[in-house]
Amino acid sequence: MSTSIDATSGLGTLATLRRGLDLSPELRRGLGVTLALAAVTTVGRVVVPFVVQKTTDNGLLGKNGPDPGLVTQYVLLALIAVAATAVTAYAVNVRLFRASEAGLATLRLRAFRHIHDLSMLTQNTERRGSMVSRVTSDVDTISQFVQFGGIILILSLGQIAVATALMLFYSPLLTAVVWLCFVPLLFVIRRFQAIVGRAYTKVRERVGDLLAAVSESVVGAATIRAYGVEERTAHRIDTAIEDHRAAAIGAQVRSVVAFSSGQLVAGLTLAVVLVVGTIQAVHDDLSLGQLLAFLFLVNLFTQPVQQATEILNELQNAVAGWRRVIGVVDTHADVADPGDAGQVLPRGPITVEFDDVSFAYPGGDTVLHDVSLSIAPRSRVAIVGETGSGKSTLAKLLTRLMDPTDGTVRIDGVDLRDVRFSSLRERVVLVPQEGFLFDATLRENVRFGRPDATDADVTLAITELGLDAWLAGLPQGLATEVGQRGESLSAGERQLVALARAYLADPDLLVLDEATSAVDPSTEVRLQRALEGLTRGRTSVAIAHRLSTAEAADEVVVVDQGRIVERGPHRDLVRAGGVYAALHASWSAQQRG
Amino acid sequence: MSVDAAPSLRRSLGIVGVGIRREPRWFGLAVAGSALYGVMTVLTAWAIGKVTREQIQPAVAAGGVTGAQLWTIFGWVAGVVVVNVVGVVIRRVAAGYTMYNVAAGYRREVTRQYLRLPLSWHHRHPSGQLLSNANADVEATWNVFAPLPMALGVIIMLVAGIVQMVLVDPVMAIIGLTVFPALFLANMVFQRSMSPRVSRAQQLRAEVSEVAHESFEAALIVKSMGREEQEARRFEEVTRRLQAANVEVGRTRGTFDPVIESIPTLGTLAVLVVGAHQVANGVLEPAAVVQVAYLISVLAFPVRALGWVLGELPRTVVGWDRVDAVLKARGELEFGDESLVRTGAARSRLDHVDYSYDIVDEHGVESKFQAIHDVSIDVAAGSTVALVGPTGSGKSTLTNLTLRLVDPDRGEVTLDGTDLRRVARGGVSSVAALVPQQTFMFDDTVRGNITLGLDFTDDEVWAAIEVAQATGFVQALGSGLDTRVGERGASLSGGQRQRIALARAIIRRPQLLVLDDATSAVDPAVEQAILAGLRRSSAGTTVLVVAYRMSTITLADEIVYIELGRVVDHGTHRELQARCAGYERLVTAYAREAAERAAVIADEEAALAADVDSAEEGVDAP
Repeated sequence: MSTSIDATSGLGTLATLRRGLDLSPELRRGLGVTLALAAVTTVGRVVVPFVVQKTTDNGLLGKNGPDPGLVTQYVLLALIAVAATAVTAYAVNVRLFRASEAGLATLRLRAFRHIHDLSMLTQNTERRGSMVSRVTSDVDTISQFVQFGGIILILSLGQIAVATALMLFYSPLLTAVVWLCFVPLLFVIRRFQAIVGRAYTKVRERVGDLLAAVSESVVGAATIRAYGVEERTAHRIDTAIEDHRAAAIGAQVRSVVAFSSGQLVAGLTLAVVLVVGTIQAVHDDLSLGQLLAFLFLVNLFTQPVQQATEILNELQNAVAGWRRVIGVVDTHADVADPGDAGQVLPRGPITVEFDDVSFAYPGGDTVLHDVSLSIAPRSRVAIVGETGSGKSTLAKLLTRLMDPTDGTVRIDGVDLRDVRFSSLRERVVLVPQEGFLFDATLRENVRFGRPDATDADVTLAITELGLDAWLAGLPQGLATEVGQRGESLSAGERQLVALARAYLADPDLLVLDEATSAVDPSTEVRLQRALEGLTRGRTSVAIAHRLSTAEAADEVVVVDQGRIVERGPHRDLVRAGGVYAALHASWSAQQRG
Repeated sequence: MSVDAAPSLRRSLGIVGVGIRREPRWFGLAVAGSALYGVMTVLTAWAIGKVTREQIQPAVAAGGVTGAQLWTIFGWVAGVVVVNVVGVVIRRVAAGYTMYNVAAGYRREVTRQYLRLPLSWHHRHPSGQLLSNANADVEATWNVFAPLPMALGVIIMLVAGIVQMVLVDPVMAIIGLTVFPALFLANMVFQRSMSPRVSRAQQLRAEVSEVAHESFEAALIVKSMGREEQEARRFEEVTRRLQAANVEVGRTRGTFDPVIESIPTLGTLAVLVVGAHQVANGVLEPAAVVQVAYLISVLAFPVRALGWVLGELPRTVVGWDRVDAVLKARGELEFGDESLVRTGAARSRLDHVDYSYDIVDEHGVESKFQAIHDVSIDVAAGSTVALVGPTGSGKSTLTNLTLRLVDPDRGEVTLDGTDLRRVARGGVSSVAALVPQQTFMFDDTVRGNITLGLDFTDDEVWAAIEVAQATGFVQALGSGLDTRVGERGASLSGGQRQRIALARAIIRRPQLLVLDDATSAVDPAVEQAILAGLRRSSAGTTVLVVAYRMSTITLADEIVYIELGRVVDHGTHRELQARCAGYERLVTAYAREAAERAAVIADEEAALAADVDSAEEGVDAP
């Protein structure tokens, strides 16, 4: 049954990270070396201030007065540490960028490919703009985190470990005090994480809404102007912008509170250490100098803890983005390619069979009831019926854009669900009413049907369809840019291009779903003649309101309320005086005017 | 875009200034919070020193400590810390408000431009790019407000620190102070080298978005032609380029980050070496050296915050340039202040109109293509005029001109004698309605898609739906008028969308109704019912209709026949049929075809009958 795209994956933070790493294996590759280099960097970052402090204590303020020689020695040591840190930090940075960009490109490609694998029904459960954000800004959020937050997080955790070791060396008791102060923070942070995580998830969703609202103002530009509804559209966009702004600020405030709790605890820890240290010093368990030295270490410890809590908040933002990408990658593809398990059918004349096929939209009424139909090879079939009778559903089932709720559709005796997509799409091509054109030249759009076609092939296809006069009238012939979604052409011209594209693809079964509805009658008749000549040896199924198509077909199938009510050659049906005869009479009357 | 560092810095600061002027209060508050944080950071060291001198040292000396002393120690340190945290909260929350408010403001302006700019502008700009301008580019421009208040706040610390250093010892201060120009220089070089790389990455990000957008919109075609792999390769190609560009950004960042980070340490070390010799020579007190070294290390962090801002600036400039290009775009239609007569059918006239499209060839060279040549059409008030012509002859362009979706290059388009260019904004759409060939549905309810926000009662909505022959299917929808149609009306069929679009026009009782092949997706019986309904309800409406069907054409009082953007002939159906060969060919195509087929079939049947006869004769013969 059909599925809808999940707004978000519903996985917890750790599960999301795990799934994210599975989907982007490059993130893990070489991570050991990166971590080792990061460890060296961390040691360097702790050693440098430590050496600087030692230089001051022993070389400058030593018991025997300043010792320039010792200072120089220490400084050389520090310089080596600085240089080593810089080199390793560079390496860590570059390695992290390489790995994360490679891993996230993989994720992007995978999500993109998977969206195309989802059925039309599933795709229609989400707005296009929102789908785009799943392969763009959501992935960008992750990369931001991995590249900037990731390194800081690694370095911070390393520094926390090194600082703890040094603190233990000075005073195990005070170290325990420091850790005791921070343990409650861990629990608080966990709660904040959930809150901040939800807030960022909301932000990501609002970004999707925002893109959808903006895209309406772009795609619907003509309608908006024709009806003068700029104000209303602006208001709708403003609402989306405002909702996004409010969500973003909400997330910011929550993350600031979470971050500040870390800073607050860090400061209070300092105060507590001073108090406990004073008591120890009073009892001669600690010298005043040792206490002050320890305070220096507490700073080395709290600074990365604060950074880490902040990064963990950013992590939530990234996890929110990650969840949305995973949400789409893990959406079950309900009309799936059987892949290698599927059959590859040989090219040639094709038979089609519908065997007790029923179809209902998810949660909707049944729109096709127990349809059985067989189409002989090389025949031309016209499917007619009133709007909403189920004609288009037949076409979608026939091209496996959807699977039947009950029953089976077969080509050459094989269940469509067992035919490999590459083979199915090679043999069966649908030309829908609104054939989308890409923002490219006419030539490239026609070649979409067969990427290896030459200019001569394209010209030949157009000539064979009898469209050469039309082509000659275009500003730049085959090189004419068709514009966004083909909008530089008229709707009828777009249909001509879509037809040429399908024709060039040379399928064994051509399914035309109102494919010439916007084309003028004489061009349509010309096209029809051309297709008749060309479709010999090929099976074609045409759905059309214009019954001229039915007149030319070998067989007419009349659909009414989801059932086949009549079928046979045009003249037999006209003679029979049933539903078709009535439809045809009204059509003929219209033609006579 | 400029890669010259200094003007670029000045430019980027100028852009930041523009943003600040948008939200001076929130920004001011953020800087104040940052200043509080700066002061409190310095005070923390001071407070620890104070309690050490005044409480801890005496207590250790006395060998005992009172509860009051311990509370004083805790109180001072904790107090300073709490105030510090308050400063941080103020800074960050206010910075958030500044950033998101400014961004929201620019998003509103950018999208207003989208609504204001003419259709020809839209045709020239990929929608993926426009989405990116309104979203990612606005974000990239104003992200600088996250680190900026902190950087400005700590400038106060920086100045105070430098003054302190100079007071301690001018010579040492000079050594110490070389750190700051060095940092600044390093940042400059960093910025110069980052800026083109960031710009490239941002451009590629937009391209990735464009490809994804187009590909997802084309999903049906991609799927039905089995071109998923090909599309995936197209997406991979641009994704890999973005990947490489981002790695370049990372490499540059990776090179400069450690350098910038180590400069203050190097400064501290230089001060220590020189200072140690100075002290050994008796020129300087050890405490002075320690103090300068300490100040450098304290100030290094704020200077880095300045570095973050500088690092963010290239993105700001690149984002701004892209956003500004939209904001600066001109060519929106100019409106006059005249209003149109609001009662009775309108008379629509096109008078010697020329119109050309801007076209761009494969190599990006722009030129004009004249689609309409010297067209004059007079649609009398209350009449119905049909526009007939082959596919691609310019009929839709003429409907767009009639409603002023575009302006003619030459000639005049009038409604009731008023040139449309002199009509006030919203004037034309309040009088005339268009049902385009390809309908656009908003992601809204059925009601919302019909009323488009105007105040109509449900009865009026249902009446319009009835005329558009949509009653049956709207009633069958889950929530009737309140059913959401999905993005672009995805939950409806093409014919259903067309009928909703018709209802949208009908409910306005327009004085001029323009139907651009608006019933192509509904079947003939429904079309007949729609036309009959329109005739009943459209008294007082002038109708201009693009049509192919004879039944529609013959309803017209006059027919204008068009070929290649020129009026070939006009008159009644009978007149044109008699004298216009092109028209005759077009409108009788189906009938001729049917007749020819009938003749062929008759021949076949005759032949078949003859065969059967002769076969029967054969049987009879023996």
